[in-house]
Amino acid sequence: MLIGLFETLRTHRVPVSLREWLDLMAALDRDFAFADPQEFFHLARTTLVKDERHFDRFERAFAAYFDGVAKIDPTLLAQIPEDWLRQSFQRLLSEEEKAKLQALGGLDKLLEEFRKRLEEQKERHAGGSRWIGTGGTSPFGAGGTNPMGMRVGPNGGGRSAVKVWDQRNYRALDGDADLSPRNFKLALRRLRRFAREGAAEEFDLDATIDATAREAMLDVKFRPERHNAIKVLLLLDIGGSMDDHIKVCEALFGAAKAEFKRLEHFYFHNFIYSSVWRNDSLRMSERIATSDLLRRYNADYKVIFVGDAAMAPYEITHVGGGIDDFGGSEEPGEAWFRRIMAHFRKVVWLNPTPRNQWGYTMSNQMIRELVDEHMYPLTPDGLTEATRWLAK
Amino acid sequence: MKFDGTERYVATNELKLAVNAAIALQRPLLIKGEPGTGKTLLAEEIALALDAPLHTWHIKSTTKAHQGLYEYDAVSRLRDSQLGDPRVADVRHYIKRGKLWQAFDEDRRAVLLIDEIDKADLEFPNDLLHELDRMEFHVYETGETVRAKQRPIIVITSNNEKELPDAFLRRCFFHYIAFPDRPTLQRIVDVHYPGIAQDLAARALDMFFELREVPALKKKPSTSELIDWLKLLLADHIPASALAERDPAKAIPPLYGALIKHEQDVQLLERLAFMHRRAGRG
Repeated sequence: MLIGLFETLRTHRVPVSLREWLDLMAALDRDFAFADPQEFFHLARTTLVKDERHFDRFERAFAAYFDGVAKIDPTLLAQIPEDWLRQSFQRLLSEEEKAKLQALGGLDKLLEEFRKRLEEQKERHAGGSRWIGTGGTSPFGAGGTNPMGMRVGPNGGGRSAVKVWDQRNYRALDGDADLSPRNFKLALRRLRRFAREGAAEEFDLDATIDATAREAMLDVKFRPERHNAIKVLLLLDIGGSMDDHIKVCEALFGAAKAEFKRLEHFYFHNFIYSSVWRNDSLRMSERIATSDLLRRYNADYKVIFVGDAAMAPYEITHVGGGIDDFGGSEEPGEAWFRRIMAHFRKVVWLNPTPRNQWGYTMSNQMIRELVDEHMYPLTPDGLTEATRWLAK
Repeated sequence: MKFDGTERYVATNELKLAVNAAIALQRPLLIKGEPGTGKTLLAEEIALALDAPLHTWHIKSTTKAHQGLYEYDAVSRLRDSQLGDPRVADVRHYIKRGKLWQAFDEDRRAVLLIDEIDKADLEFPNDLLHELDRMEFHVYETGETVRAKQRPIIVITSNNEKELPDAFLRRCFFHYIAFPDRPTLQRIVDVHYPGIAQDLAARALDMFFELREVPALKKKPSTSELIDWLKLLLADHIPASALAERDPAKAIPPLYGALIKHEQDVQLLERLAFMHRRAGRG
């Protein structure tokens, strides 16, 4: 019964197992949600999905199965908040471009048109002059030539796209993606630093023998358990050129999450500016000021940057050079980076691109200088090197 | 046995469905949601609605799984033996029952709340798999097996501080208490303060939702904070007109202490108010 739904959920990467499926069947058998699609939806969600992070996938899978549109490219279905588009548009377009925009009927018209076509369009599309997709001259899509091309969907040709509209570029890293993080875990294990703190509840044999001998009567001693006391602040570059490295970053993230109890992570885009964000879907509304990071986390946090350090040099040195620095900060990224270097005792930069390519980008050299040459390749070996230094 | 909300707890249809499915299929129900949306309260209300005894197991970072089953106090027994206490002969004197055992031992179907399971060690949920599945466990010291007389209704809450293991999640039903929309919130306010003047409630809700919209708040105010705030407003006889002032310079609501818990958030609001004022002048 409903095996098709089960398969659709699996293809949409909702982690459903047979056990949960049988639970749903049992619930249906007891006449929960009888002949009521709304109830069925909620019942299925409560039995099958165990994490609110998967709600979105589940909803898409559910819709795909029941609307019979299983073939739609999931990247296009992501809802794009309208005010976000609108706001950024106003800021980005030059006067001349705004005038051209009027020719198309104004921003409202464009947005409305965009939604309409998104509805009409039932499959992935490339080329042509109408549909949303890659290439072509339609106002919507990636890599187009229309002056107000709205960028939707993955990869822009030459890697130099300024301001990308692509939601999926920024998807939060799946922390549980268990790709092959075992090597990473082993490398991270070096960072462990055990300390005894908290409640005394572990039997301390030596102290007990000692005390008993002294008192001539049994005197049991306890001590706190050993815990890994290391604290890690992980700052991840996502979006743009990092797309190629998303797998390896997920592996690192998964390993780090399993290894450290006190792991804080934040996202940034290309380089560090006045703010970072923690929840990727809220990156427009819920930013955390970088100065807050400095205040909130003390100097013995180990800071790990993950990024490819490939960008235009002005993104580091110039005020307002940041591709994603909408905060209108009054200082260049460099100033913020130096502040972080000054506050935290140990900072490293992990770079997913191979070491032999580092020489080709100017920004890479600049960043290497900024982190006192503590840039390491994001491989198990590079990580081992990095952790060896962090643990010193 | 069907849970239908109670007089003072407004449950959405989804939540009722989740609770009833979990009861009928005898699965633990895992509840997540923003702090202050009534996760812990849910178990109490289920117990109240079904007239069942409630056992609450608060989890801390030092809590171990076996503490929920039983603890064998070997140290007291050792001491007693040195002092020649006759109770020493029977090991059962030194076995303390945990919350799970107490719930298993009820003649009626009990409600067991495992509160804030994410506070515990990473392995904690895994150590309870068998017990929650079979509703039985073995007492090693006495050789007896404790079985639940009536399978208790188990409600587990989590604040997402740690990931729960897959094997554990698979055994649970899951419900995420979304932040209530305005009509639901209105109902919640009505349930708690039936006498509250309509316009005061409406203005307060307006202000409350506006406050939730402010970006970058460290802690958004949630339902329980709203309830507290209304209590203060009522106690202070603040008239609806005081809330009605649409002057953006007064971005900070009266008696904000109940709504805003972080000093930084207060500063943020003050800064916003200041910017409004400046913009107004320019």
